[in-house]
This record gives sequence, structure tokens and C-alpha cells, in this order.
Amino acid sequence: MSSIKIELRQEDINKIKEICTSFGNDPRELINVLHKCQEHFGYLPAEVQEVISDELEVPVAKIYGVVTFYSFFTMTPRGKHPISICMGTACYVRGAETVLEEFRKELGLQVGQTTEDGKFSLSSLRCVGACGLAPVVMIGDKTYGRVAPDDVRNILKEYE
Amino acid sequence: MAKERIQIMVCGGTGCTGDQGEALLDNLKLELEANALENSVNVVKTGCMGLCSMGPNIKILPDNIIYTGVRPDDAREIVSEHIMKGRRIERLLFTDPGSGEKLATEKELSPHRKQLRIALRNCGIIDPESIDDAIAHDAYEALATALTNMKPLDVIKLIKDSGLRGRGGGGFPTGIKWEIAFNNKSDVKYVVCNADEGDPGAFMDRSILEGDPHAVLEAMAICGYAIEAAKGLIYIRAEYPLAVSRLNTAIRQAREYGLLGTNIMGSDFSFDIEIKYGAGAFVCGEETALIHSMEGDRGEPTVKPPFPAVSGFREKPTIVNNVETYACISPIILKGSEWFSSIGTEKSKGTKVFALAGKINNVGLIEVPMGTTLREVINEIGGGIRNGKKFKAAQTGGPSGGCLTEKHLDTPIDFDNLIAAGSMMGSGGLIVMDEDDCMVSVAKFFLEFTVEESCGKCSPCRIGNKRMHELLEHITKGKGVPADLERLKNMCHVIKDTSLCGLGQSSPNPVLSTLENFREEYEAHVTVKKCPAGKCKDLMEYFIIAANCVGCTACARVCPVGAISGERKEPHVINPEICIKCGACMEKCKFDAIIIQ
Ligand SMILES: Cc1cc2nc3c(=O)[nH]c(=O)nc-3n(C[C@H](O)[C@H](O)[C@H](O)COP(=O)(O)O)c2cc1C
Ligand code: SF4
Ligand code: FES
Repeated sequence: MSSIKIELRQEDINKIKEICTSFGNDPRELINVLHKCQEHFGYLPAEVQEVISDELEVPVAKIYGVVTFYSFFTMTPRGKHPISICMGTACYVRGAETVLEEFRKELGLQVGQTTEDGKFSLSSLRCVGACGLAPVVMIGDKTYGRVAPDDVRNILKEYE
Repeated sequence: MAKERIQIMVCGGTGCTGDQGEALLDNLKLELEANALENSVNVVKTGCMGLCSMGPNIKILPDNIIYTGVRPDDAREIVSEHIMKGRRIERLLFTDPGSGEKLATEKELSPHRKQLRIALRNCGIIDPESIDDAIAHDAYEALATALTNMKPLDVIKLIKDSGLRGRGGGGFPTGIKWEIAFNNKSDVKYVVCNADEGDPGAFMDRSILEGDPHAVLEAMAICGYAIEAAKGLIYIRAEYPLAVSRLNTAIRQAREYGLLGTNIMGSDFSFDIEIKYGAGAFVCGEETALIHSMEGDRGEPTVKPPFPAVSGFREKPTIVNNVETYACISPIILKGSEWFSSIGTEKSKGTKVFALAGKINNVGLIEVPMGTTLREVINEIGGGIRNGKKFKAAQTGGPSGGCLTEKHLDTPIDFDNLIAAGSMMGSGGLIVMDEDDCMVSVAKFFLEFTVEESCGKCSPCRIGNKRMHELLEHITKGKGVPADLERLKNMCHVIKDTSLCGLGQSSPNPVLSTLENFREEYEAHVTVKKCPAGKCKDLMEYFIIAANCVGCTACARVCPVGAISGERKEPHVINPEICIKCGACMEKCKFDAIIIQ
């Protein structure tokens, strides 16, 4: 499980309870509950899962199983500027791998990690539907198209 | 509907929006306001127009002129010249790469020439956030026809006669599926729309949902009427925020108009639709896994039978159909089964939408009659291979499919021919590769995807694919031996035969089909340890042709590790022990003296 230990504040606990109640505390709505919680907290640390477990009356092991099954759910906080590199087929054949490699080198991060200052996190995703612009990189909501490894440094500069 | 008004349709597909399409939209609105035209000219954000590689694109109605590659700064000229003076802006028209001709209207645009739009009939044409616009383009007319003139069994018969087969990959006849669900009597039944679209490199379903959400809602209601269900569920990826928001808008509007909800159009048929969110797992596109995911569990497939049409969501009869399948329903009801079955090949009727991408000039969304050949798609619609390179292969079916090669160029594309060629239709990703692509690496790429996405329930899929991926990794690093090729083949067959769901059963396809079609390429990797396409870094060596080298020293200066030596005006040499294969020297050399071997 996540190594980061956090202390939930009472208002956080109340928020989780509120989300669970809005879905009628129905265990079949677990995925919707997780979506809402992740929307609120940015990620799903073990402590949040424990509260959900109590509310929906499902074992925390099952919740952990669901959280880790789906790639959209994460147990580590994303960076302030989450960087996602499209590794869909169209982007792959147009060189997305070399772009990812460049981001890795520039930031000293592996996929799935966040920089220590919490500024950037690196992830890969599959086809964002902009194959015409391949290779595609997303930072937050912003899309960068036709990215070459040489562009990486300049792109990162925009966020300094 | 003020049909005569001038409308500027701005493509709202992800490609165009990502390329400053949003800023263009804002600028157009500002320019119109500056000229006090905001009340006489409409600016509409549509769904994907399908011309993705040329974006951002706009279309001006009623003139029907398409401008491509429009920058935000062009807004002023568009308003002052085209809108106010009625003059075409030549430089923004699309130039045909073949003939150099300027093409202005939809009809003239070569990517559209061979196309026939049934599922995409309204994409890029209507405002997806306006139900009035959709209704002006015949939305909900088929539902009205079904409710007033047809019995449920008439609908089922019509769909059966049309020959429509599921567009989600399997190609199961839609009418037969509906009939099974109809015959299973139950107080509660469900109609599910599979909008999980997991194939990496495909965006057809998303484009339909973003461009014409009512087409899907209407068809789900028709399905509900046919199988006697009152509840619809759309399972969509949370990663598609625009599609989600447009669906929500469309559902709300349809309820307001009494087209969803109780007693639709005054009949005694009631039907409503709810959205369920996926969370990024390819295997959840498989229908049993999808149902488990909607029930709040891990999306792991289970054994069929029972098929969902017998026992699905909450153990009730459930129809699961793909977005594009639904998008074909209304036209069939309105135009008849004979019209639909007159299009396509003997066993694959109608059209198919493809997301055409890769090393091709016109990347985009296309819809062609079944039976169109790969050659027509690549050369006529796709505008040929980029940079004049040579065609090598086209992958259909994504990670479950295989590659088609030169010898398949004239095969009519349909469900059965693709399977015979060792690939499959899949959901419609069509990725074109050229001479620079290494097929071993491509197979490895798809396996990497499978390994990540396997749900882990069965060992052949979970462990076997991982082992295969390791073998391919070895081969691309030059550590493979000839016996590995047989080993790969054996593993492929074991995994195919012993996996539970379609993911495992089809995961070896990319390896099998590249082994079959590009055996010599694999052999080059394992025997002489060369990558013929020059893609596998570990198998490459940079080399200077002494005869071409003039000794300008540019390469030696750019090399980051000092691997190049030589006197001024003398041929240089690269020391392979030091070289890190970054390619900087090759890029710098003006005399084509550096090659990869
Ligand atoms: C691993 C796997 C992934 C699938 N992904 C999708 C998908 O993303 N979208 C889809 O419509 N069908 C997908 N399918 C097919 C569905 O299981 C199902 O056959 C389909 O939704 C039925 O609808 P149709 O008859 O309209 O094609 C997938 C199947 C498998 C085995
Ligand atoms: S074949 Fe693979 S994805 Fe399918 S059920 Fe088995 S382990 Fe899961
Ligand atoms: S593969 Fe990257 S956007 Fe489609």
C-alpha cells in the first residue's frame, strides 16, 4: 500500500460520508463513490479507502482490489502539472517512446512518479483521440501535438 | 430552425481543439461581435469532422466551404472577407496533395470521396449540444416510427433482415441478439451501450458520442422498445470528459422533450438512460467484465454462457451493443433493411468507421462501405504514405488484431476476410506503417499493452504474455536465438487455446501475424542481430562512408560523448564502443555520409 501516511481531518471524513450517502451507501455504487472521492482529494490514499469501507460496509481489501484494478484510480497524489504521454498506437509509430524517454530524463522520473516538490508527475495513457497530432502530450488540460524530443525542454519551461 | 442563417461550424474534435481550436472559436465570436454580426451568424462547435491531420477545420454554411489549418489569427480575415464580402479565402482551402488542386466543399475533398456516412451522418454537421438541431436532422423520427407503426418483433425482424453485425469487434448479428433478449421474459431488462473504447489508437465511438449523442440515445430507446426494457445504461470511460458532458446534456434535453422518461411521445413505452463510468481498464470492454464493473466490482470476465442477453446486469437479460452499432439503427428503421443490406459485402452489410492513423497523409475518421479495399483506403482516402515512403503494413483490430501487408492491399475489408488474413475487424483502429517500422517492435508494443491490461485471472494470459514480452525484449536487444521463434509460436497457440476471454484469446495475434508475414525480419534479429528497419537501437551501428565524408568536423563537434575522431578535411570514423546511438551526427551531416547499419 501507499507509504505516505496522512491524517484525515474531520471535514474530510464528513465529505467522504456525504459522498457515500449520496449514493445510498450502496456497495454496488463503489466505483462511482471512488470517482467522486478522487475528484475531491486528487487521489485515493489508504485512509480514504478505510472510511469508505466503514460507510459502505465492504472489506477494505475489496476496495483496495478495485482501486488497484483500474488505472484511472491512483494512490499517490498527482503533480500540480500532471504530464501524460500518449502511448496509443498512432503516437507510438510516430515516435512517442523517444518523447517519453526525454521527459523521463529531464525530470528524473519514472512513469507513475511525482517530483519531490509535487510539481510534475509523469504518466502514460492510451489514445486521447488526437491521433492527427501524434505524438501527443497532455499537461493538465493542455494538449501538445507533434512533439519531438527536442521540444521537451521548452515545454517544461512554460511551467517554471 | 433558422436554416438560412450563416453558420460557422468549428470542429470540436480532440485533434482540432488541442491545436488551438478553442482560441479560434473565441476569436471568431469576438470578430463577429466587433462587427455587430453576432446575431446573424452562428458559431457552432461540432463533433469531429474527420479531417484530423489538416486541422483545425471550420465549415461555413450554407456555402458549404471548408477551411483547413485555420489559426486563431485567421478569424479576422474569415469574418471580414468571407462572411462580410462573400469572398473565398483561397489560402485556407485544402490543397490536394496529389493534384495540387484547391478543394473547397465537402464533396470535393478527396478524403471524403469514397466515403459513405451512415453512423457518422450528423458528425461535424450538427451542433451536438442542441436537440433542435438534431431533430432538424431527423433525430427521433425512427423512434416515433417504431412506437407508432411497429411492434417489438417488427423492429427485431427489420434489424435481422438488414444484416447488421456488431461493430464492437465480434461482429455478432445484432437482430439475433435482440431476439434472444426479447424471448427471455423478465420484469426487468437492460439496454447497455458499450462506450469503453479500449483499443489504443481508436477514437470512433468517442467521436460519435461527441458529435451526435442523440443518435445513440434514440437507438437505445428503440432497442428498449424492441426487447421490452425500460432502463438503459451507457458505460463510458471517465477519460472522455467531453463525450460525458455532451451525453449528459443530450439526456437532459431528451427528457425535457419527452423523448426519454415515462410514456414517451404519449405511448405507453417508458425508457430512461443512466451513465456509468469506467475507470481505465481495457478488459472492461469485454461484455461480462463490463457488467461486473457496472456492478461496482473488479472488471474481470466470467465464462459465457450465460450470455448477457440471458443473464447480464444484476442477473437480468441485458443487451450490450457498441456505440457505432447503435448509431446504425435509426437509418435502418427509416430507410429499410433492403437499403442497408444493399451496401457492403455478402456477409458484412453496411459501412464501417475507421480511425485512420499512423504514417499516412490524411489522418482522420472515415466511414466506408464494407468491402472497400485497403488500397482504396490508403491511397485514395488516406492520400498515400507520408513523405513518399513505402507502405509496409496496416494493423487492424488493435492489440487483438494482426497486420495486413502488400498482398492484402486488394482484399475487400469485411469481418470474414480480415479473419482469414489473420487479423480482425476489431473496433476500427487502422494504423498504417511504413518501411521505417520494425515489426518485431510493433508486436512487442502490443504485447506490452496486453501485459498491462490482462486482468490476471487466468495464468496463460497473465504469465504467458509476460514471458512472450520478455522474449521479444531479448530479441530486440540482440540477445535472441533462432529457437526463440518456435518458442514464441508455441506460446501463442497455448495462450490462444487456454485463455478465458477474448483478451487472452486474441493477445497473441500481433505476434502470430508478424511472424507469419515478416519472418525474415525476425530472423535478421536473431541470426545476424540486425534490425532491417533500423529501429532497434541495440542492433544499430552508426557508420561513416569515407567516400562521402569531406572532413567538415560537424559530426565530431555535435557528438555528445566524443565518439567521432578524424583530422580536418579527412574522412572521420565513429568508435562503436563509445557511441550511444543518439543519432545527432547523422542529423548534422550535410553530405549523407553517415548511415545506420
Ligand atoms: C478484451 C475485449 C475488449 C473489448 N472492448 C470493447 C470495446 O472497447 N468496445 C466495444 O464496443 N466492444 C468491446 N468488446 C466486445 C464486447 O465484448 C461485445 O462483444 C460488444 O460490446 C458487443 O456489441 P456489438 O455486438 O454491438 O459489437 C471487447 C471484447 C474483448 C474481449
Ligand atoms: S484471458 Fe486474460 S484478460 Fe481474459 S479473463 Fe483471462 S486473464 Fe483476464
Ligand atoms: S494514439 Fe495518441 S492520440 Fe491516438
